[in-house]
Amino acid sequence: MAGWIFVITLVLALAAVYRPLGDYMYRVVSGSKNSVVERGIYRLVGVDPKTEQTWGVYARSVLAFSAVSILFLYAFLRFQDKLWLSLGFDAVPTHIAWNTAVSFVTNTNWQAYSGESTMGHLAQMAGLAVQNFVSAGVGIAVAIALVRGFAARKNGTLGNFWVDLTRITLRVLLPIAVLATLVFMIAGMVQNLSGGTDVTTLTGATQHITGGPVASQEAIKELGTNGGGFYNANSAHPFENPTTWTNWLEIFLLLLIPFSLPRVFGRMVGQNRQGYAIVAVMAVLAIASIALTVGFELHGSGTVPQAVGAAMEGKETRFGIPNSATFAAATTLTSTGAVDSFHDSYTAFGGMMPMINMMLGEVAPGGVGSGLYGLLILAVITVFVSGLMVGRTPEYLGKKIGAREMKLASLYFLVTPALVLIGTAAAFATGNNSTALNVGPHGLSEVLYAFTSASNNNGSAFAGITVNTPWWDTALGLAMLLGRFLPIVLVLALAGSLARQRPVPESEGTLPTHKPLFVGLVVGVTVVLVALTFLPALALGPIAEGLS
Amino acid sequence: MRLPAWLSQHIAALRALLVMTVLLGLVYPLAFVLIGHAPGLSGKAEGSVITVGGTKVGSSLIGQNFTDADGNPIPRYFQSRPSKAGDGYDPDSTGASNLGPESVVDTLSDNPDDASQSLLTQVCSRSLAIGKLEGVDGSRPYCAPDGVGAVLAVFYRDGFTGPVTRAVSVNETGQTFLQTYAGVTVEPAKPGVDYVAEGGVVTPIRGNAPAKPVIPADAVTASGSGLDPNISVAYADLQAPRIARERSLTLDQVHKLIKEHTDGRALGFLGEPAVNVLELNLALDGKR
Repeated sequence: MAGWIFVITLVLALAAVYRPLGDYMYRVVSGSKNSVVERGIYRLVGVDPKTEQTWGVYARSVLAFSAVSILFLYAFLRFQDKLWLSLGFDAVPTHIAWNTAVSFVTNTNWQAYSGESTMGHLAQMAGLAVQNFVSAGVGIAVAIALVRGFAARKNGTLGNFWVDLTRITLRVLLPIAVLATLVFMIAGMVQNLSGGTDVTTLTGATQHITGGPVASQEAIKELGTNGGGFYNANSAHPFENPTTWTNWLEIFLLLLIPFSLPRVFGRMVGQNRQGYAIVAVMAVLAIASIALTVGFELHGSGTVPQAVGAAMEGKETRFGIPNSATFAAATTLTSTGAVDSFHDSYTAFGGMMPMINMMLGEVAPGGVGSGLYGLLILAVITVFVSGLMVGRTPEYLGKKIGAREMKLASLYFLVTPALVLIGTAAAFATGNNSTALNVGPHGLSEVLYAFTSASNNNGSAFAGITVNTPWWDTALGLAMLLGRFLPIVLVLALAGSLARQRPVPESEGTLPTHKPLFVGLVVGVTVVLVALTFLPALALGPIAEGLS
Repeated sequence: MRLPAWLSQHIAALRALLVMTVLLGLVYPLAFVLIGHAPGLSGKAEGSVITVGGTKVGSSLIGQNFTDADGNPIPRYFQSRPSKAGDGYDPDSTGASNLGPESVVDTLSDNPDDASQSLLTQVCSRSLAIGKLEGVDGSRPYCAPDGVGAVLAVFYRDGFTGPVTRAVSVNETGQTFLQTYAGVTVEPAKPGVDYVAEGGVVTPIRGNAPAKPVIPADAVTASGSGLDPNISVAYADLQAPRIARERSLTLDQVHKLIKEHTDGRALGFLGEPAVNVLELNLALDGKR
């Protein structure tokens, strides 16, 4: 019962902040005034904030920023032993540095390394955590650009990437992260630059209590739906998640922005009800998924959970099963990938749910920004499909969904399934699946989970598999890179194409996109598309395991 | 001189990244490191380290082993959960077992480096050991009396169907937990043989252990972090008679201490009630 109240309070809290936070973010991205600090930053960067960018320029700015970020982070990790606060750790090996650089720049935060034995404090805070902020900023900026495409009246421009990135980072991410850091420190998260403290345990053994700037990194890790843990154990580690209420707060933070962005969308297109429809789709899928995950874990089927009497392997005592399962669902419904329990030891179906959440394309509510643009793509596809069914002209928010728009939307949808399925097949074809820890169907699940997580920029794992080999680091690095930037380019191309259109007035033939019928259609289209794509793969992994 | 557009774009990107790195990568975290020195926060920011008589004995947030040098439980202390962090509760090597719900077949080998226990056998052997230590019934479903997973590789005439032709107890090399299965004598396993690859169908045997074992779930499972500072109230209560005996305390005194070091659900619905093992043991030693 307490476990369900936990979920209900999260829903209520998110509902309460939907309007105020959404309205605030709307003012941030739509206002024309720049603060003194922001003007200073534009001068330092050397950009004119008044310049409006076409989709091509916007996309090239995103790609330039991300390319420079990957190179910078790669160099940072390769030279960390020469920098301060390295704690005596060596330079990060080439393939792990590549994988990690791509991982943090793409908002994935897949970790082929173990934080406490690989990364110095400077690499963590000035290398990795900076990307926690800006990769989140990039995601939101792209989503805003797409919405501008819907809202535009034939001017063809999508705003200015540098302005969007700066404002979102400084006015949305940083203030909330500052507040969260303070609260986390009060809860007991560590925040220091020390190499740790050696203690003598009650039985006379030595234990090394680790240090680090954890609280400040933890805040943005959840808020930016990044998920990369300071330590290997991620949010299961008491220093990253000390109490039962920080556990609630972390889930709240990782859902906060994705669930509020539909409000920004509604405001920008001038119809709040359109935002409500989108958030309703997200909420229906999310609540169903959380309920199923918690249900499967509480039921505890499978040989080991039955021998134990509960699915407690890989879970912390203080969180217990229902709250851990809620975290697992929330972290994969968004693109976070932080974990407060280890998914690999979940029951077969309980462990399948995180996979399905990611396979949905992380749209319920999805990553910061990426969730909104992913769901708007699905809405476009739904408008088109229902247009075919009833013979109506497909249009969405006054913009015609023509051949070009549909091609872009379909390509968007195809990117991640292609990466996931081809990647998984390649791992088996080359024998690299042998690094899986578990055998049988669960071994396949570990490989499938890895590519699903990387391609959808989630970052959580069935962590038994060993992935710090050159093949895995390279393959998953490519999956993350393509899974992030191909969709972004397609979204911005779609935005550009929409922005060039003059809006058509609503007619009797227009499908209303703010009614429950449309919400149901989008949910249906999403579930059917994902089921058709992934059911065969799931049948070989978790379903085979669960039914054996 | 005018730079080509692609070049000026990348220069702007680099400048933006450097500005953000200074602001978000240095100013923001370092400001909080400074704030961490504030009275009331500094202990937490440094890791909630507990000092007893000038000696640092641990962190109230991080679990410890209460075992001797050979890894055997020290009976006068409450025991923590099993841990997969290094050799147990090693903060430099945090993590979980990552073994799945159907991890039931051990890898048997004469060379201990090649052998590995399935999750089921780990659970069964822990349960057996705790049962002995606490003097209670350590049996569990799917566990053989000798503390390994009760699992057969069953061979059928036609693959998955037809009469049973052979049955091997895959986790046992000596005495088997079942004499016969479907009329066939159960053989012990030979190290190094992969019975699944040979066509055996993995068949866990439920046995007749109670569905709700005496020893609670957290006592036989490893946590996600490997640093879990807590045990369940049920596991603390199970250990209470031993502690009372070892320390010449009454059971009531021990239960009172357990209660004092139990965190209930925050706000009545967050998480689960949990007992902080290190603080409880310090209290037993009269140091807390």
